[in-house]
Amino acid sequence: MRKSSPLERIRLLGRSGIDVVQALGRSSLFLLSSLFGRSGLSNGGQLLIRQLYFVGVLSLPIIVVAGLFIGMVLALQGFNILSSYGSEQAVGQMVALTLLRELGPVVTGLLFAGRAGSALTAEIGNMKSTEQLSSLEMIGVDPLKYIIAPRLWAGFISMPLLATIFSVVGIWGGAMVAVDWLGVYEGSFWSNMQNSVQFTEDVLNGVIKSIVFAFVVTWIAVFQGYDCEPTSEGISSATTKTVVYASLAVLGLDFILTALMFGDL
Amino acid sequence: MQSRSLEIGVGLFLLAGLLALLLLALRVSGLSAASSGDTYKLYAHFDNIAGLTVRAKVTMAGVTIGKVTAIDLDHDSYTGRVTMEVEKRVDNLPVDSTASILTAGLLGEKYIGISVGGEEDVLTADSVIHDTQSSLVLEDLIGKFLINSVNKESK
Repeated sequence: MRKSSPLERIRLLGRSGIDVVQALGRSSLFLLSSLFGRSGLSNGGQLLIRQLYFVGVLSLPIIVVAGLFIGMVLALQGFNILSSYGSEQAVGQMVALTLLRELGPVVTGLLFAGRAGSALTAEIGNMKSTEQLSSLEMIGVDPLKYIIAPRLWAGFISMPLLATIFSVVGIWGGAMVAVDWLGVYEGSFWSNMQNSVQFTEDVLNGVIKSIVFAFVVTWIAVFQGYDCEPTSEGISSATTKTVVYASLAVLGLDFILTALMFGDL
Repeated sequence: MQSRSLEIGVGLFLLAGLLALLLLALRVSGLSAASSGDTYKLYAHFDNIAGLTVRAKVTMAGVTIGKVTAIDLDHDSYTGRVTMEVEKRVDNLPVDSTASILTAGLLGEKYIGISVGGEEDVLTADSVIHDTQSSLVLEDLIGKFLINSVNKESK
């Protein structure tokens, strides 16, 4: 059969469809068995603490620096636009709501996918290619329990904390630019913010968003590492896939979550 | 020793995250024990509530004493029924107090201002404020002005 015949193209389409469904099924089974199967975290917090350090603490610098600059830029742009309507006091409200509802969870998710997600994929992929995972199985240690579960839980725990820190640093940066540099009155800056920000609707919804993003990004990163071809090309392509899939998943889910939480769809 | 510093790092990270959440709650969203204190419900019927939203503040002499919790249409009188939560510490509003829908600044958000009446009886929980003044609708005003000027010209 010629390679470009219509029937062959349909076969290729079917093949890729089956591949996608298989990957989804494999990754779901993988997630369930790492979280709830024989695994869990029975052999202690030590593994989890080590991963929390690598995934969470080492991501702090990039999160803090990005949060600070994004908050400062938001305040600058907001001040430029709002001052032409004579309502520059609303700049605090704008910075806080933008960071808490959208930019905090989303930018943290994207940075987390780039910094921690790619590292997780590369590390697990490297373990697979050097046959460390199969060696663990050989000596009777479940790699899902020993390698995967602590990394998954570390991601789930650290990303909401990182997103919260991102928002706080961003709001502080915004206050610094608006109040200290541009001369917005401090009292109206903070009181406008407090009047418009609701704890349950804005702060908690932002935290819920970041929990969902943490779940998806860590899941994709760990699965891509576990499922990759055990070669150097395989690891590099899995790392790229992690960043691409995780970033797209964060952006797509953000729209759905925003529509559910703040929109009237 | 290395695991000890690792644990300290993680501990500080968790603390920083919780502290950030606390800051968001107290400093940014202004959540405090006083704001969630005891309240009681008051109702007011307005001919037109245009622009008033749920969570708008209720003020008296410029001081915030509560917030709007619900807005719906009264089935029988065709008026907008506004439900307000007023703080318990303001328990001495006379029954003939007036509720007006006001605007902060020229284009700011709408809020309810309560002016005190002269009666000795006070509003209790679930009372209705009868004396109300509706929202100022700019379109209506401009429409009336235009009709007036057309009428004058035709005379």
